[in-house]
Amino acid sequence: MSVIDDHRLLDVRNVRHLYGKPGGTTQLVLDDVDLALFNNEIVGLLGRSGSGKSTLLRSIAGLIEPTSGEISFPAETASPTRVSMVFQSFALFPWLTVLENVEVGLEAKRVAPEVRRRRALAAIDLIGLDGFENAYPKELSGGMRQRVGLARALVVDPTILLMDEPFSALDVLTAETLRTDLLDLWCEGRMGIRSILMVTHNIEEAVLMCDRILVFSSNPGRIVAEIKVDLPQPRNRQNPAFRRLVDDIYARMTQRGAKDGRKDDGVFPGVGIGMVLPRVSTNTMAGLMETLAAKPFDGRADLPDLAEDLHYEADELFPIAETLQLLRFAELEGGDIRLTADARRYVDADVDARKQLFAQHLITYVPLAGHIRRVLDERPSHQAPGHRFRDELEDLMTEEEADQTLKAVINWARYAEAFAYDETADRFTLDDPG
Amino acid sequence: MVFLSGDRSRTRPLARFLRAGVAASWADVAAFLLLAATAVLIVRGAGEMSEPLARLRTTPVTLDPARLPEYALLTTLRMFAALGASLVFTFVVATLAAKNRKAELVIVPALDILQSVPILGFLTFTVTFFMGLFPGRQLGVECAAIFAIFTSQAWNMAFSFYQSLRTIPGDLDEVSRQFGFSPWRRFVRLELPFATPGLVWNVMMSMSGGWFFVVASEAITVGKTTIALPGIGSWLALAIDRQDMRAVAIGVAAMAVVILLYDQLVFRPIVAWADKFRFEQVASQDRPGSWVYDMVSRVRWLRFVSTVVGWPARKLAAVDWPVPRVSLRPVRLGAQTSRAIDLLWLAAVGVAVAAAVWFLWTFIARTLEWRDAAVAFGYGLATLTRVAVLIALTSLIWVPIGVWIGLRPAWAERLQPVAQFLAAFPANVLFPFVVVAIVALRADPNIWLSPLMVLGTQWYILFNVIAGATAIPGDLKEAAGIFGIRGWQWWRQVALPAVFPYYVTGAITASGGSWNASIVAEAVTWGDKHLEAAGLGSYIAKATAAGDYGRVALGVAVMSIFVIAFNRVLWRPMYRFAEQRLRLD
Repeated sequence: MSVIDDHRLLDVRNVRHLYGKPGGTTQLVLDDVDLALFNNEIVGLLGRSGSGKSTLLRSIAGLIEPTSGEISFPAETASPTRVSMVFQSFALFPWLTVLENVEVGLEAKRVAPEVRRRRALAAIDLIGLDGFENAYPKELSGGMRQRVGLARALVVDPTILLMDEPFSALDVLTAETLRTDLLDLWCEGRMGIRSILMVTHNIEEAVLMCDRILVFSSNPGRIVAEIKVDLPQPRNRQNPAFRRLVDDIYARMTQRGAKDGRKDDGVFPGVGIGMVLPRVSTNTMAGLMETLAAKPFDGRADLPDLAEDLHYEADELFPIAETLQLLRFAELEGGDIRLTADARRYVDADVDARKQLFAQHLITYVPLAGHIRRVLDERPSHQAPGHRFRDELEDLMTEEEADQTLKAVINWARYAEAFAYDETADRFTLDDPG
Repeated sequence: MVFLSGDRSRTRPLARFLRAGVAASWADVAAFLLLAATAVLIVRGAGEMSEPLARLRTTPVTLDPARLPEYALLTTLRMFAALGASLVFTFVVATLAAKNRKAELVIVPALDILQSVPILGFLTFTVTFFMGLFPGRQLGVECAAIFAIFTSQAWNMAFSFYQSLRTIPGDLDEVSRQFGFSPWRRFVRLELPFATPGLVWNVMMSMSGGWFFVVASEAITVGKTTIALPGIGSWLALAIDRQDMRAVAIGVAAMAVVILLYDQLVFRPIVAWADKFRFEQVASQDRPGSWVYDMVSRVRWLRFVSTVVGWPARKLAAVDWPVPRVSLRPVRLGAQTSRAIDLLWLAAVGVAVAAAVWFLWTFIARTLEWRDAAVAFGYGLATLTRVAVLIALTSLIWVPIGVWIGLRPAWAERLQPVAQFLAAFPANVLFPFVVVAIVALRADPNIWLSPLMVLGTQWYILFNVIAGATAIPGDLKEAAGIFGIRGWQWWRQVALPAVFPYYVTGAITASGGSWNASIVAEAVTWGDKHLEAAGLGSYIAKATAAGDYGRVALGVAVMSIFVIAFNRVLWRPMYRFAEQRLRLD
């Protein structure tokens, strides 16, 4: 692996970013972020969705202006630092061929057509797309499309390559091939870039590719840890040192609540009924509890192992595990998940008993569910309009979060038969008409 | 007229329908008043210039079949001239609305109203205005006809383009910005391609409306002036005047040939070509086909021809417009300053609206009394009844037939283009046949003239229902089959909910078109026999013939209010219901 020298390519200082209009509901997505990028390194920004890492990447790309703070590119030579970006969704123009898509950045820079063609063909060749020049994106597989995205980003000769979850829209095998190919090109120094900054929520991917990993916390996004990865390339996922590092990062990413002293409720942003809840299906929760209760886990699992076993990304597993924790069906600690006694009772129970137990936990431990139930109990009609709760939530969170939270609770309550909701009338009722 | 995109996979044609509530917003009211005032201003201008109109002489149109190809060509040319003007209008106005929030505030409600008001009623104003602009020359009349067609085409195209610009995918926007696209490059590489499928569909709908107009606007009588531009419309008008059934038949046949040629040679190739701009990541199964398009892309010399023809467009797209020396970076304004500017802008719009109200009031109060408004409103109710009854009747007929056809792919494939062709065919050329029948049978025109209003518009219901029935997923049909769902239960729980969203789209178009058609359908002529049905359409038609601008304005305003109210109270809630509850994708 090449040596990281201490020449700075990028300086991010005290960057804060607020979403929303000043005066209205605002949300702090980035809080006081400092970051430096050096010559010859791959840096990963690792965090949960909503931790502001994409916002940071877009600020560096010049697509968004942060609310405050400074982003500078201390260039060593006369030529200015150029950045280029690879998108999660590939962001290809469906009406342009592969070649035209790669050329588009050069065209914008007014490069002469002949030069443009030559450089585009060279980039296509480098990235392994020969033969696809005249194909349209919709004729290509996901992996090939992301190669086009990569070639398009490289052809403009960037100093820094920014990648926004570049492999997360691909299947496991394709993603692995692309990662390996990219790392090969990087190690051989054939791409002409000086540094790569990538956003990911895949912990193993970060450990596999990066020289340095910056772990982000959510709501607001802050850098909570910087982890140097000294393993030599190519790295082996089965290497014990690799596994230890992955375990360590899992532990760091699940421990935030514990540090704040609110171990059980603190995982989701917001307090009390203002807690922003993820939409997790009750089937998924039941499935996870059943899997954990059975062999080989016997009620306790290492999160990375569990994720691998279930073919889940860390980002997909976390909300499920944390919802179970909120409902007191599981406990998260040090990168491990452990079922509670109630969860074991749930697993052994029949359908009706399961529903009763779930309802009990839902009303007791999910503040919003308890709140809705109390309001319905107190009213003589046992009915309440949906907007009553929606308005209440919107004072505490954004409109989308309120919508998501309410939908999550409605689905859980429907399963538990804790209360009913009629969407057409937008009305909560205590008794299920069914 | 309401013409809406049917490209369900991408555009949400009635997005605005959903966003806005049932009640008219202030923006709509303001836009309506401003438009009405502008229309009246144009009339005033036309009135002052009416003197030279009387002297106008145009070459007489003859019923000589040898000249028919020439007439057909001229009619088609007018169509395409108007289409070109509509495209320019679309690009300028829609871009302005999408890029400038202050312009958007005025343009969007204005477009919304313009695409639902009966444009045919404005024919009087536009004709007199343009004839005044070029007194004594055919050019003025030509411009008037072209402008009339333009007014039937531009609004929905602009609206579609505006909606596309507002829904540009975020990642492509970011790529364009990251690479620093110039505005022109952004337009040709991102905005125009992205908007193309929706725009092409709307152009097709506009053309259908346009044929109707070109026929209506080539031969028109305003007050003492009669204009007859050489074209198929004038041929038909003359044939009707002379009670020459054979000539009418020949004219209808010529129209059919023209539309068939246009459909096969121009429109289908464009749709097939535009398919590559569909914003989808997976190639769809059924792609629109066109033998002309296939031929051009397969036969070498034809491909060469198309390359040569497309050369200017490609050159234009590749032009690098010099970057202006002066940096156009927007000045960063504080929150307070920009709010102050917003307030100023709103105040300016408010003053304009107040001026429009005063102006309209003085104009109407001078020529008309309150009684006139009541009369017009009464006629409006009569026409409303006709439209409602006819849409209900045609729905009862065409929904079952459309479902039946749509469930049989072999039939649907053959009949769908026929239904689209019938929708594009200007129904007003068929009026004489019906009129002759009514005259011969001495039927009551109040009842029997009514079907003319839906003669051309009912096909929108048919082809949309066919499309809806075709789109019913196979597994749903199989499930219905396995559980033995049939009879009324099958209609109630399977077929009707599945086609409902499509039906609403078709019915909105049909009802908008019917209102418009009422102006030519409620008062018809066959030689010296005049048939009339009491309604707002004949009210406007009579006022037009008499050159009574005040009543024309009143009639059009009342009709606009009826159409807009009808849309808001009936169609919009139905559309919203369909979008929220009955979408299958």
